[in-house]
Amino acid sequence: MLDLFKIAIRNLLRYSRRTILTASLIAIGVMFVLVFSAASGSFKSLMIGQITDSLMGHIQIHKKGYVSSLESLPLNLGLPHKTSVKIDEMLARSKEIEASSPRIKFGALFSNFVESTNIRLNGVYPDREFKTVPLLSSRISKGKKSIQKGEILIPALLERGMKVKIGDSIVVVATNKEGSVNGKQFVVAGVLDGITGPGGRDGYIHIDDAVELLRLPETEISEIVIRLKDFSRLNIVLNDITGQLQKTFQKDGKFPLEIHTWEDLSPFFNISLMIDIMTFFIKIMLVALVLISVLNVMIMAVYERIREIGTMAALGTPPSKILSLFMLEGLSLGVLGTVLGGVVGAVILWILNIAKITYNFGQSKGLVLSVSVDLTELAVISLIVILVSVIATLEPAFKASRMKPIEALRHV
Amino acid sequence: MSLIVAENVKKDYRMGEVVVQAIRGVSFEIGPASFVSFIGPSGSGKTTLLNLIGCIDTPTSGTLSVAGTNIAELDRRRSAAFRGSNIGFIFQDFNLIPVLTARENIEYPLLMVTHISPKERRKRVADLLEAVGMKEQADKRPDQLSGGQKQRVAIARALVSEPKVVLADEPTANLDSKTAHSVIELMKAMRDKSRTTFIFSTHDQKLSDVVERLFTIEDGLLKA
Ligand SMILES: Nc1ncnc2c1ncn2[C@@H]1O[C@H](COP(=O)(O)OP(=O)(O)OP(=O)(O)O)[C@@H](O)[C@H]1O
Ligand SMILES: [Mg+2]
Repeated sequence: MLDLFKIAIRNLLRYSRRTILTASLIAIGVMFVLVFSAASGSFKSLMIGQITDSLMGHIQIHKKGYVSSLESLPLNLGLPHKTSVKIDEMLARSKEIEASSPRIKFGALFSNFVESTNIRLNGVYPDREFKTVPLLSSRISKGKKSIQKGEILIPALLERGMKVKIGDSIVVVATNKEGSVNGKQFVVAGVLDGITGPGGRDGYIHIDDAVELLRLPETEISEIVIRLKDFSRLNIVLNDITGQLQKTFQKDGKFPLEIHTWEDLSPFFNISLMIDIMTFFIKIMLVALVLISVLNVMIMAVYERIREIGTMAALGTPPSKILSLFMLEGLSLGVLGTVLGGVVGAVILWILNIAKITYNFGQSKGLVLSVSVDLTELAVISLIVILVSVIATLEPAFKASRMKPIEALRHV
Repeated sequence: MSLIVAENVKKDYRMGEVVVQAIRGVSFEIGPASFVSFIGPSGSGKTTLLNLIGCIDTPTSGTLSVAGTNIAELDRRRSAAFRGSNIGFIFQDFNLIPVLTARENIEYPLLMVTHISPKERRKRVADLLEAVGMKEQADKRPDQLSGGQKQRVAIARALVSEPKVVLADEPTANLDSKTAHSVIELMKAMRDKSRTTFIFSTHDQKLSDVVERLFTIEDGLLKA
């Protein structure tokens, strides 16, 4: 085997220019896929991180029917106090859940005593909200990174549009579900940068203020947002929670809740899906590239060496060893290209990382693209390329091993 | 007992409609440690006959047994194994493996074909390099060797597996007459040493004086 390997390598060196050309072609493919999938992967996870960690959380629980009328922030589709307390208790027991935050969402009128405009508000328990969507505090560009009762975080758009400053008093007027109107005065505690996506331009107040403003007899929660300890276990936890909730709340085959992941609720899931599909197709192209270039070289290699194959066969080399010889040649070519591409790709990623390329995502500015070599990804790509090289070599190598020595020796 | 026994061996080549009768019924016996030549003009069937003895081709009819084996009965894998242990080849165009050095070329059949301890292998290769006078050039690749040197390496390679027969199809056709003579002399000397039967073909009458037994072949038939 070692001797076959020696011959295979020397044959690759013998046609060094062709070997280098083919290996480079494979290397460019590998490098491209590596860099692309790292960059798109990092962009994707950053994007998802932005959406989930500053706004949506990972999983949301609503009363059935809420999501379909999400835009109007309906107050008559809240979770009754008893229900939300039960859910809270259940979530607190789960080891998979980092934090959860109940919200009362409603539309209101925002007035600076001179003019007024619409605002969408979240009534939250501030500490729970900040734990559930940890990037929220980074969105607060001015003022305090917390809120107390009587304070309000307003979106940046409103700050500019209504010319209010931190510390100003403003009035929020809301209509409750019975139709009666109530107003309450707040102090502007901070300004929130908007982000792209549903709820990206909402304001925040304390949940007790929301209850008071809406004259709710008891806290009625619009949604419960959940943050997981391990994001990659999203679907497992989703099934787990759904199962538990169904056990508790399902009555007469009716389940009064709906449970969604961020994927169901955010349009960006489709973008992330598209990135995945694109990466997949680029990988398919890599496979085609490797297949064609290795096949091409190996067909040539066999054709050029027919007399040599004839000699080997005449000397008594068993067909299996002739097969192995060419297989090793194709394999080595694939490995060479993979290693070359892997190294160059890793260097490029390393440079990209040092260069700290930034980009803007919606209104989130200056996000740093942190590309890293995903070792599993690298392993998968390498494996695919090497496997494809072997497959491409199979036919020519088999042909070589089946050659009759007499005919091969007569070949000119 | 004879090493090679041919009985009314015929070989036809079919090319579409046309059938070429390359060997038209030959019978002969060759014993161990012989030094034999088939001599004849171009197209007479020398290569065809040597290929049959060398077990890289099968007769159309008749029986041909080499070292007690009827060569018609071997399949692809077995005939490769049979060649590996019983037959050595020397080619007109030398046919050394270009990526291997002289030493590695000689070693090749031992690696690919037989299972011999590395120590024994090295000894055999070294002895043969010495015997064919290629010790100095042992680490050169074929493209750095002259024709005569290449054929010396090829002779050593043919002998390394200690075969019963070495077949050489026009081994001197690509060499000048002086080198040709020395190559034939070397083959004879190696025969004396190894007691291996050497069979070579040639169309060069001048080489006939060194052989011990001469078959003249013409038009696919042996002449008495
Ligand atoms: N594979 C083949 N297909 C068809 N005809 C063949 C084949 N091989 C040999 N022949 C024919 O068989 C006859 C004998 O050929 P062979 O090669 O054995 O002659 P030779 O004595 O070796 O000639 P040379 O001295 O030119 O090498 C020739 O007429 C040749 O054309
Ligand atoms: Mg011939």
